[in-house]
Amino acid sequence: MLSKVAERVYWTARYLERVENTARLIRVYDNLMFDLPRSVNFGWYNLITINSAQKEFADRFKVQDERNVVKFLLADDTTSSSILSSLRAIRENVRTTRDVVPEDTWELTNELNLYVTENIQLGVNRKGRHEFLDGVIKGCQQILGLLYGTMPHDPAWDFLRLGRNLERADMTTRILDAGVAAVLQVVEEDAAVNSRQIIWGAVLRSLGATQSYRQTTRSAVTGDGVVYYLLEDLSFPRTIAHCLDAIIDSAERLPRSKEIVAILKENQSTIFDDVDYEELGEPLRDYLNDLQTELASIHTHIAATWFPELH
Amino acid sequence: MAINWKDYSSGEFYDEVMSSAGNARRPAQKLVAQLKSFSEEDIADRKQAADSTIKEMGVSFTVYTEEGNIDRAWPFDIIPRPIAAKQWDIAEAGLKQRLTALNLFINDLYHEQKIIKDGIIPEFVLKQSKNYRKECEGFKPAFGVWAHICGTDLVRADDGEFYVLEDNLRVPSGVSYMLENRAITKRVLPELFEKVDIARVDEYPARLFDTLASLSPRKLKKPVIVVLTPGIFNSAYFEHAFLAQQMGVELVEGSDLVVQDDSVFMKTISGLEQVDVIYRRIDDLFLDPEVFNKESVLGVPGLMRAWRKGNVALANAPGAGVADDKVIYAFVPQVIKYYLDEDPLIPNVETFLCYDDKQREYVLANLDKLVVKPANESGGYGMLVGPHSTKKDRETFAELIKANPRNYIAQPTLKLSTAPTIVGKNELEPRHLDLRPFILQAKDTYVTKGGLTRVAMRKGSLVVNSSQGGGSKDTWIVES
Repeated sequence: MLSKVAERVYWTARYLERVENTARLIRVYDNLMFDLPRSVNFGWYNLITINSAQKEFADRFKVQDERNVVKFLLADDTTSSSILSSLRAIRENVRTTRDVVPEDTWELTNELNLYVTENIQLGVNRKGRHEFLDGVIKGCQQILGLLYGTMPHDPAWDFLRLGRNLERADMTTRILDAGVAAVLQVVEEDAAVNSRQIIWGAVLRSLGATQSYRQTTRSAVTGDGVVYYLLEDLSFPRTIAHCLDAIIDSAERLPRSKEIVAILKENQSTIFDDVDYEELGEPLRDYLNDLQTELASIHTHIAATWFPELH
Repeated sequence: MAINWKDYSSGEFYDEVMSSAGNARRPAQKLVAQLKSFSEEDIADRKQAADSTIKEMGVSFTVYTEEGNIDRAWPFDIIPRPIAAKQWDIAEAGLKQRLTALNLFINDLYHEQKIIKDGIIPEFVLKQSKNYRKECEGFKPAFGVWAHICGTDLVRADDGEFYVLEDNLRVPSGVSYMLENRAITKRVLPELFEKVDIARVDEYPARLFDTLASLSPRKLKKPVIVVLTPGIFNSAYFEHAFLAQQMGVELVEGSDLVVQDDSVFMKTISGLEQVDVIYRRIDDLFLDPEVFNKESVLGVPGLMRAWRKGNVALANAPGAGVADDKVIYAFVPQVIKYYLDEDPLIPNVETFLCYDDKQREYVLANLDKLVVKPANESGGYGMLVGPHSTKKDRETFAELIKANPRNYIAQPTLKLSTAPTIVGKNELEPRHLDLRPFILQAKDTYVTKGGLTRVAMRKGSLVVNSSQGGGSKDTWIVES
C-alpha cells in the first residue's frame, strides 16, 4: 500500500469521526437546553474552548452566543474544525483513495456532503437542529457500516481503524470536557445535584453509552462513575481504553511496527495513573488536556512510521 | 403533453435516431417507441433522476478557468444513441486494422524507417514532428506495440458512413465516462434494457488490466501495475482514479515513485516495492526530468533509463504520439496499405496538407469553408472553423499557415450527424455528435462496443469537447 494513500485513508477516518462527534457534541448542549432548569446558565462558548478554537472564533464573531457557536461548528467553511470543512476534507481524501476503499464509499460521501450543504440552515436554526444532527450522524454511520460490511481487513482497513480510534478517543475527551465545563457552571443551590446528574446523563447519551453504562456499572449516573466508565471501560467502543486497545491492535498488524507498538504499550500501561476521580473540576480538565497531548503524540509516531516524509 | 416527435427534423444532416419526421431508424425503434410513451413529466423526472445520479456518483470533470479549477458535474443527455451491430462490426474491424498498421508504423519509425526510405512519407514530415522522440530509437517494446491504448474519433457524415477524424495515441481520455454513461442510463431508463439487446461495455477495465499485465517485463503471476496521474488538478483525474479503482491497481503520482538501480519502485508502508507496468496519464515531456522537461515535478527522475533497460513497461510507450500528428493522419490510408497491403475499412476525412504548395493555395483561398487544425494540439484548441469565423480570424490563420505550413492541415466542414437531444425545458432538438471508441492493443487487439458519444450542446455548434461546453450520451450497439 502506498504511504500517501495510507495517510489519506487515515485522515478520511479521522475527519469522518470528527464530523460525527462534532454533531454529537452539539447535541449534548442542545439537549441540555431542554433538560436543565432555567436557572442554570450554561455557556455554549464552552464548545469553542474545548475545541481550542478561541482565536479562530474571535476572528469571525464578536458575540459568543448559541447561534454563532453553532454556526462556527457547523457551517463555517473557512475553519478546520467545522462539519462543513471536515466533510470537504473527507470528500477530497476519498476522491484520491477511491482505489482502496469500497466502491460505494464515494457515493455515500457525496450523498452526505449534499445532505449537509443543502440542509445546513436547519442545523443553524434551533428548530430543525435535532433532525439535522441526526441526519449527519446517520450519514456517518452509513459510511462506517459500509466499511465494516464490505472492506477487506487489509492494511487500508487498519489505517482507517487507526484514524478512527485516535480521533474518537480525542473527541471523547472533548465531550467529557464539555460535560465538566457545564458542571462547573452549575451554581450551588437546590437544583444543583439534579442538574449535574442531567449533564452527565447527557454526556452518556451523546455517546450512545447510556444503556451500556447501566448494564456494566449497575449503578446511578454519577460524575465519577461516568468519567471512570468513559475513560477505562474496555468493552464500550468509544472509551479511551477501548480506542487505545484498537490502535495497538491495528498497529501490530501493520508492517514495520515494532517500535511504535512498544511505545503505545508503554503509554497504555500508565495512561490512567494521573486521573483523580475525587476531583472532577479543574484537575479533571487538566488531565483531559494532557490526554489530548498524549493522543497527539501518538499521531506523530504513526506519521513518522508509515506516512511519506514531508518535503 | 409528451414530446413532439412529429416535428423533429435535422434538416440536411444525417440523424442517428430518426430517418424522417416521426420515423425511427431500425436500431432506434424500441427506444423511440418507449420515449414516445413518456409524458413530458416522465421525461422531466428521468432527466432529474440522471442529474441526481451524476451528483451522487460524483461523476465530474475539471475545467480550468481564470478563477481556478472547477469540478463540474458531467454533462449528460438521457436519450441514448443507438448504432446497428452490423454496422459496428465493420467499424470495429476497421479500427483494429488501423491500430495494427499504426503500431507497425511507429515501430518502423524508431527502427529502420522503411516507410520513409520507400518514399511513402516525406522525410521532412518526420524530421519536423513535434512528438517524435529521438530517445526512443532502437527500443523494442513487447509485441512491437507502442500505442497500447488509443481513442480514435469517428464522425458520421451525411452519407451515413463513419469516417476517422483523428487518432489519439498519447493519453486519450473519456473511457470512464463511457462506462458511467451506461451506469447512469441503466438507472434512468431501466425498462429499455429489458427490451433492447444492448452490447455490454463494462468489460473494458478487465481488458485494460489484461493488456497492461501482458506487458510486464517480470513474468510474475501478479505483476505490479500502477496508474500514473499528474494529480487531482488534472482535468481527467476522475478518470485516473476510476480506472485504478476498477482495475484494482494503485493510483500513483510521480512523488510516490523512485528509480533505483534502473528499476522503478513505489513508496509503500512496507518500504519500496518494485513496479512492473505503468499506465501513464502524463504527457511524454513531463515523464522524466532527467531526459525531457527539467522543470517537471510530475514525473520520475530516471524513469526513461528504467524503461530503456526493459525493467518497467510504459503504456502508452513514450514516442507513440508521433502518429497523433495530423499530417501523419493524412497518410494513414497509405500506412495501412504499406504495412498490411489492405484497403482501409474506415476512410479518413478529406484532408489538405498546407506544406504542399498546391493544397495550401486551395486552403488559403477557401478558409471560409474549411476547418483548419494545428498538427499537434488536442482538446479542440487552436482551430479555425471557417464558416463560423470572422474575417479577422481568417487573416490571422492565413498568416499562421504561411509562417509554418507543416504545422497545419485543413478539412472540409463536416456535415456531422445529429441525434435528438433534450434542451431547455424539454424541447427536442438535433445536436451534432461524434464518437470516440477505445482500442487496446498488446498481443491481441480489442475495441470497445461503441465508445464515448460526445454532443455539441449549443445549437448548430460542431465543438463537442467537454472542456468547451460539450455534453455526452450513452452509446448503444444494438442487435436489430
